[in-house]
Amino acid sequence: MAILKVDNLCKHYGRLAAVDGISFAVQRGECFGLLGPNGAGKTTTIRMLYGYTPRDAGSLNLFDLDIDRDLRAIKRRIGICQQEDSLDPDLSVRQNLVGFARYFDIKKSEAEDRADELLRFFALENRARDNIRILSGGLKRRLMLARALVNSPDLLILDEPTTGLDPQSRQLLWDKLAELKSQGLTTLLTTHYMEEAERLCDRLVIVDHGHILIEGKPKALVRQQIGHSVLEITEPDAAVRDFLAAEHCRVEDLGQRLLVQLDDGDDLFLRLTREVRAEGCTLRPATLEDLFLKLTGRELRE
Amino acid sequence: MNWPRPTRISHRTWHVWQRNYSVYKQNWKISFIPPLLEPLFYILAFGLGLAVMIGDIELGGRTVAYTTFIAPALVAVAIMQNAFFETTFNSFVRMYYQKTFDALLTTPLNLEEVILGEMLWAATKSLIATVLMTIVLTGFGLISYPGALLLLPLALLGGLFFAALGMVCTALVPGIEMFNLPIFLGITPMFLFSGTFFPLANLPNWAQQVAWWLPLTHLVALVRAGTLQMLDASLWLSVLYLALTTAFLVPLAIALMVRRIVR
Repeated sequence: MAILKVDNLCKHYGRLAAVDGISFAVQRGECFGLLGPNGAGKTTTIRMLYGYTPRDAGSLNLFDLDIDRDLRAIKRRIGICQQEDSLDPDLSVRQNLVGFARYFDIKKSEAEDRADELLRFFALENRARDNIRILSGGLKRRLMLARALVNSPDLLILDEPTTGLDPQSRQLLWDKLAELKSQGLTTLLTTHYMEEAERLCDRLVIVDHGHILIEGKPKALVRQQIGHSVLEITEPDAAVRDFLAAEHCRVEDLGQRLLVQLDDGDDLFLRLTREVRAEGCTLRPATLEDLFLKLTGRELRE
Repeated sequence: MNWPRPTRISHRTWHVWQRNYSVYKQNWKISFIPPLLEPLFYILAFGLGLAVMIGDIELGGRTVAYTTFIAPALVAVAIMQNAFFETTFNSFVRMYYQKTFDALLTTPLNLEEVILGEMLWAATKSLIATVLMTIVLTGFGLISYPGALLLLPLALLGGLFFAALGMVCTALVPGIEMFNLPIFLGITPMFLFSGTFFPLANLPNWAQQVAWWLPLTHLVALVRAGTLQMLDASLWLSVLYLALTTAFLVPLAIALMVRRIVR
């Protein structure tokens, strides 16, 4: 059953089409990824999902409720972790959770129990009385995520949950998100970290310039679009280029570096390193990042 | 620009009020100091220093001491300042720097309720300041009862008016430093020329007519009528002025804030 149905969603700012006809559906219990470079329209899409940004066209259904008719009922059942820190610096860690529960009309005693439960889950119980201002970036993110769960949502929406975090904090958040998923929580996630998407998402879409470029399961997409592995060759000379041309491989030429997309087997790699050149040749598994860069291009954004 | 629909407002508005109240409660010892000390300073400065030179004032056929004359004006000014500063600087910080409104909008609350809750809280701050100041001024024997009880509804009405006025500014200023403009052009002149420290009758005729349109003039007149127990029918005009402008400014402030925030 689809928890969220997005159909032909559009948002224009002047002449810029920030979101230009996006459609997808998120099924109960799955983690769905919305991937794209900066400015692709991810955050605008997320904001339309909870009525923060009014949409220009398209329809939005959550829990089989129409967003125009039942926005309040919908918002009661979703948890949103925004990209920017919006914790209340005037309140302590625990008060941030208990106070937030009030907006959902949750009774105080129930809110306090829920807050303690979430503090334990995110290993924040020792910081319960601390002021928000002294928390590190990683702790703030954990608390943001805890706050998004205070109403025990049926759908968790995460907008770039690990941007700017150190590897330790990121690993911990990923573990916690995986644990929540195993408990059956449906999650919609935006990210531009491919490792994050590969690790967490059951299905994903890659968006750019307000359009969906591709949709599917991360592993299957990589296999289909890139192949099994990628051969990287740094500073290729004429001999290497001639060899590859004779083999009719799919080569992406970056000037100083060649990327060769390979299907099953390491035969070509072995022949290249034996017969032509071994130095600067690396065989590695194909990743979502290869696919992402292939689809969205390599030029810098912003 | 879309005017707010009353159907968009629910009991959840009070959750915004409660958020601000719970923060205020944490710092009440500090929050209480200005409304307690401010009247004290003014009464000492004006009562000991200036009143000696001025003597008594002729007011509506009654002679009152200068300190008694300015005491209600201090309350009216506090009503204005508490509400106006709350919905300008404090609301702006919550909106722009702390992203508090953004967080609230991920809950069942809507923006209309957030803005209305902010204004109701600002009016409440005016009420708290009024109560504290009235206690101090009563201690100096500058306030008469039961007329002074009128200050409670007046604090809420005046507080809501200036809260809405401040929120309109917040919806329009590009950055927080720009609040100096409405303060310098609006709040400070009102502080001086609304019958606060001298009767309006002392002004030239044209200036009196300008001063009549200042909202603080009406609030001062009403508060003073309460503390001196000098009620007359002309005060209804002041009540009407504040009620009508508040009824216009509150939805205007909400509509302008929606225009500013919703993108």
